[in-house]
Amino acid sequence: MDPFADTLQRLREAFSSGRTRPAEFRAAQLNGLSRFLRENKQLLQEALAQDLHKSAFEAEVSEISISQNEINLALRNLRAWMKDEKVSKNLATQLDSAFIRKEPFGLVLILSPWNYPLNLSLGPLVGALAAGNCVVLKPSEISKTTEKVLAEVLPRYLDQSCFAVVLGGPQETGRLLEHKFDYIFFTGNSQVGKIVMTAAAKHLTPVTLELGGKNPCYVDDNCDPQTVANRVAFFRCFNAGQTCVAPDYVLCSPEMQARLVPALQSAITRFYGDDPQSSPNLGRIISEKHFQRLRGLLSCGRVVIGGQSDESDLYIAPTVLVDLQETEPVMQEEIFGPILPIVNVRSLGQAIDFINRREKPLALYVFSTSSQVVKRVLAQTSSGGFCGNDGFMHLTLASLPFGGVGSSGMGSYHGKFSFDTFSHHRACLLRPAGLEKIYAIRYPPHTPRNLRVLLMAMGTRSCSCTLL
Amino acid sequence: RRAGIGGRAGVGRRAGAAFHSDISELILCQNEVDLALRNLHTWMKDEPAAKNLITQLDSAFIRKEPFGLVLILSPWNYPLNLSLVPLVGALAAGNCVVLKPSEMSKCTERVLAEVLPGYLDQSCFAVVLGGPEKTGRLLEHAFDYIFFMGSPRVGKIVMTAAAKHLTPVTLELGGKNPCYVDDNCDPQTVANRVAFFRYFNTGQTCVAPDYVLCSPEMQARLVPALQSAITRFYGDDPQSSPDLGRIINEKHFQRLRDLLSCGRVVIGGQSDESDLYIAPTVLVDVQETEPVMQEEIFGPILPIVNVRSLDQAIDFINRREKPLALYAFSKSSQVVNQMLDRTSSGNFAGNEGFTYLTLTSLPFSGVGKSGMGRYHGKFSFDTFSHHRACLLSHSGLEMLNNIRYPPYSDCRQKLLTWALGSHSCTLL
Repeated sequence: MDPFADTLQRLREAFSSGRTRPAEFRAAQLNGLSRFLRENKQLLQEALAQDLHKSAFEAEVSEISISQNEINLALRNLRAWMKDEKVSKNLATQLDSAFIRKEPFGLVLILSPWNYPLNLSLGPLVGALAAGNCVVLKPSEISKTTEKVLAEVLPRYLDQSCFAVVLGGPQETGRLLEHKFDYIFFTGNSQVGKIVMTAAAKHLTPVTLELGGKNPCYVDDNCDPQTVANRVAFFRCFNAGQTCVAPDYVLCSPEMQARLVPALQSAITRFYGDDPQSSPNLGRIISEKHFQRLRGLLSCGRVVIGGQSDESDLYIAPTVLVDLQETEPVMQEEIFGPILPIVNVRSLGQAIDFINRREKPLALYVFSTSSQVVKRVLAQTSSGGFCGNDGFMHLTLASLPFGGVGSSGMGSYHGKFSFDTFSHHRACLLRPAGLEKIYAIRYPPHTPRNLRVLLMAMGTRSCSCTLL
Repeated sequence: RRAGIGGRAGVGRRAGAAFHSDISELILCQNEVDLALRNLHTWMKDEPAAKNLITQLDSAFIRKEPFGLVLILSPWNYPLNLSLVPLVGALAAGNCVVLKPSEMSKCTERVLAEVLPGYLDQSCFAVVLGGPEKTGRLLEHAFDYIFFMGSPRVGKIVMTAAAKHLTPVTLELGGKNPCYVDDNCDPQTVANRVAFFRYFNTGQTCVAPDYVLCSPEMQARLVPALQSAITRFYGDDPQSSPDLGRIINEKHFQRLRDLLSCGRVVIGGQSDESDLYIAPTVLVDVQETEPVMQEEIFGPILPIVNVRSLDQAIDFINRREKPLALYAFSKSSQVVNQMLDRTSSGNFAGNEGFTYLTLTSLPFSGVGKSGMGRYHGKFSFDTFSHHRACLLSHSGLEMLNNIRYPPYSDCRQKLLTWALGSHSCTLL
């Protein structure tokens, strides 16, 4: 028995009927999302607190506000984004109408993760709905409480003939992926990303994969340690480190390390107090499984800050590790927790080599008072996104495309990039029905003269000199 | 430019078909090269991005970066154009490139393998040769981008192989491109345009009109007009016209010859195995279940399927896979627009054939089974570039950041929420 067949059929029929195409319908959906956030703010904050011990502050800035901003942006720009885009023409097409038409793909599948379960569901959803698609959302079953809100409350705010939430674990997701979708948007780890892309290939379904990696954080000797420590600690410990773009490890000289470690301790104490476990501003690990995984990492290298853990609370202390080997687990897998290893390098060149020897990360950070250093790392490495002298602020800008490269992902979204991701850009040329004499020049039998005229008309110089 | 004009084996282009080469292969490549050269520095520039309140003092931009090692797998029907045009984009974007041209267009393959590398830096560019087996082995390697042109069946194989390495892909595939002919049109004008684009390159074009949808009444007017057009273009004996191409090889010739027995032949229908020649042919009384309506034709055969209304035509089209191209002929712009609004396809033309692909300002792409990703002009450059989001903040001014660090007060939270919003106007 296929639990999804009916739902998918229903959504496909709704799409074929053209229901999702008018701007009014799409705006109504986006307004529905907006109302969902406004009317259920407390419920959502409680769910996020339940799942991840997320503070009201974090819930507000990294889940609710950021989603609301995307909705507002889409509502403000919907009609402009939907418009046909006229394009420049050559001589041969002067009398034609040439433009790019944005069309929805049809049935979109969004697979969202547990770390920002609201934002990473709603963000892509905004784009998919704005672009006129029908959507199936499969939220993560690991962030159980938020999953429940998304499954039970969210659909009431949307047209349910065009939107459905489906639930399940890896097995159900596998079965879901056997079906044909017109677009698949996946946020999660690289290993599952491969599975999703392989399943998509069977139906030639285009995908966006927002994956992860180990995001390097290079700290130059030339910097103010406390400033850097504040920024690094803040972005590392945000959401208890469970952020795909968090700085994963630090690269710096031994001298810098000596200055950085006490500054990190300062920052941690300032942010979370002497007993971080009792701070309302520090999150918890999502599940027992991940807790155990992280506790295992605490035995890598040498603990210089933190290192405590409490299984009953799924609590891992903000931790800094030093004296690490590249081969240790903490330097092999994406950490996704409040643990920050520091790896020593002896020069900027060595840091760049270290970074380039590894997979392209989702984010890359450089801290230096020298803009030359920042620019050099930017120029000589590759990553999904990059920030000089700060953490993942770049994702608050809807004007920047958010996405990975290499094993950290493919495709991008946020703002208009979301709308474009979920739209097919159809090349259109409309010619008047008559005027056949003009176009006769191209027909066989061919003459050298006809060829010359045609070649010129096909040239890309739209204006410029000469005849005809 | 005309090196290695061969006989039967491979691409048997005749002297007169130099027109075709110039129009569909050489000029298109040259235009792309010129456009890229003219715009390279602009395309490469960092694109500044709009900022919110919190990032006002920062520098925010999109940096275009090459992916690294790009693989281009090109087909045999436009073996030069479909190798070089993606190559232009990949090189302009700063990648190293491996080009694997089709082994079926043997002569052009040879020129690409032996002559082309001499014009490029060979530490950054290589041509590799081989058939399906070798290509399969090639695909086991990790590339940073794969650009494939060919059939949907092989497209799936390429994407599956790419998935193992999380390699992004552009797939330019194919399909059956419908050509709707409304009752409200001038039959001769339509016949000229449809015939020209159907028989160009002997029908071996991924965006050629594949079949016609029209009413029986329209069909009665269209068929003689098609015959007129064919005679005008290729003479009474098309086989001796210098302007008509040949089928690429024996295998495809046999495939097409079999299709000639579908429906009923009303124009053409002749074939000559010794010449790999198939006459410009029109078939009528065709069933949807017949092979000629099941697979992409890729030859000079045009089936006509009857529909009784525009709605029926749209339903027919929407019941099938999304095609690479869709054509609608009508004097009524309403009809053309309805067809455009109620269907989907990679590309669309009203009252015309595939002229749109000479416009580098239009993205050339498939959708659904006809492909994913796009290229031509700047779209090529963008396809082969990673668009890296960059934010350069100040190393100092730490006091401004104090607002975001825990522990929090209520009013601080409110302030931050507001500052994160993308308010275009207002203070600061």
